[in-house]
Amino acid sequence: MLEIILKQLLNGITVGSIYSLIALGYTMVYGIIKLINFAHGDIYMVGAFVGLIVATQFSSNFIVVIAIAMATTAIIGVLVEKVAYKPVRNSSRISALISAIGASIFISNLVVLINGPQREAYPQIFPEINFNVGGITISFLQIFIILVSIALMFGLYYIVHNTKMGIAMRAVSQNLTTARLMGINSDKIISFTFAIGSSLAAAAGVLVGTYYRAVDPLMGLLFGLKAFVAAVLGGIGSIPGAMIGGLVLGLAEVMGVAFISPSFRDAIAFGILIFILIVKPSGLFGKATKEKV
Amino acid sequence: MLKLSNIHTKYGHIEALKGIDIHVKEGEIVAIIGANGAGKTTTLNTISGILKPVAGTIEYLNHDITRWSADRIVSEGLIQVPEGRQIFPLLTVKENLMMGAYLRKDKLEVTKDLEMVYDMFPRLKEREKQLGGTLSGGEQQMLAIGRALMSKPTLLLLDEPSLGLAPIIVQNIFKIIVDINKKGTTIMLVEQNAHMALSIAHRGYVMETGKIILEDNAKALLNNDEVKSAYLGGH
Repeated sequence: MLEIILKQLLNGITVGSIYSLIALGYTMVYGIIKLINFAHGDIYMVGAFVGLIVATQFSSNFIVVIAIAMATTAIIGVLVEKVAYKPVRNSSRISALISAIGASIFISNLVVLINGPQREAYPQIFPEINFNVGGITISFLQIFIILVSIALMFGLYYIVHNTKMGIAMRAVSQNLTTARLMGINSDKIISFTFAIGSSLAAAAGVLVGTYYRAVDPLMGLLFGLKAFVAAVLGGIGSIPGAMIGGLVLGLAEVMGVAFISPSFRDAIAFGILIFILIVKPSGLFGKATKEKV
Repeated sequence: MLKLSNIHTKYGHIEALKGIDIHVKEGEIVAIIGANGAGKTTTLNTISGILKPVAGTIEYLNHDITRWSADRIVSEGLIQVPEGRQIFPLLTVKENLMMGAYLRKDKLEVTKDLEMVYDMFPRLKEREKQLGGTLSGGEQQMLAIGRALMSKPTLLLLDEPSLGLAPIIVQNIFKIIVDINKKGTTIMLVEQNAHMALSIAHRGYVMETGKIILEDNAKALLNNDEVKSAYLGGH
């Protein structure tokens, strides 16, 4: 029994840390422009595909794959903001939301058009090594995914707290007008936020490809929505909230599958969403506000 | 140094400024007084580039800055201390101050100016690592002024620095404003506390429903009967 719990704990943290990486993008964008970027799940999928192309065509070195995927997807994320969100920034929030859904459908269908709708096998860019600790089999890949996620989150923490752009990003999310009065160009900060959020999503995409060994153009839909649930659970707009929210969601989902029924997997995530919206809509770390999308 | 000519600014559908003419000379403290809703804050936000006028021009240091972006205006040394302090509540005191120096590239000078601000406001030094939102009203006003000073301003716009502060703290803040002016920064001050503002200003303007209705040197305004009855409590 203990063995199963420990095994599931590791599974949960692995999936959860990937949810966290994606949830960070939702929460940072919301913090800056108060928009749920529904194309974020598709950005994650694009990141996975860029990783796939790099791994099959150029180099299967993990660092190279993840770095190119992150950089390319960062640019795509910035472009999506410029094309789909900037023109409607001063319109009603519902227009921006509709534009976000449109961007999501556009991106996933563009990839279907280029690649075809089928699943693609992900090359093995990380060797399958298992080791045994006291009768429990631990996959080295899982440990690796968790470590990469933690490293990226530390990197994000450093940027947000120790660089001028990062501090300005927090300033913009706290008080846009005053940030502008201090000479902070909000357009640049918004682009910067989309770049960071998208690159984290791309990293998540590569990690998922490496973990499940398959990607498809619609993978961003469900996984993206679940990461969104994680962001809401942690308190949308809160960076630590997104990290914790992802882990809690990953653990809840895996434990639910193991101890209740595998067919409940998706119901658990959305059950949590409904529950948190009823009980504490501001989430675990969020500030209480009157309005939510 | 600053010249507003026939400025009209709309706030939604309402014309908040209906043809404003104001000028500020180098080294001056100029006060704009008027009741709530007269258009004082709108005037400052139009100068800062947050609102764009529908007509008229703004000249600053011989540039036409009417269509400039807010960050370009700050980079030329014109910065605002907004009404109600507007501290970034979840940034530390030091981070708040550094946001004032956001556009500056001269790192060494920025460090010196940080020390200068800490010398001026020792309380801020003590609370360097505290979050801005945890400071008292008076401390937040000091932080807001210190943050603006970090941009190395040539012209400092102050919006209601006395708002919501105890009289003794107001005295203190106004003394600091005079000090800043004496060190060479030109100041444009918007205030409901007309007496306080005119007592430190060189010249003043009286605003009413989007128009300048009176303009004179500060002493003359303090003794003007109309001003006395409307803004100085009628004595």
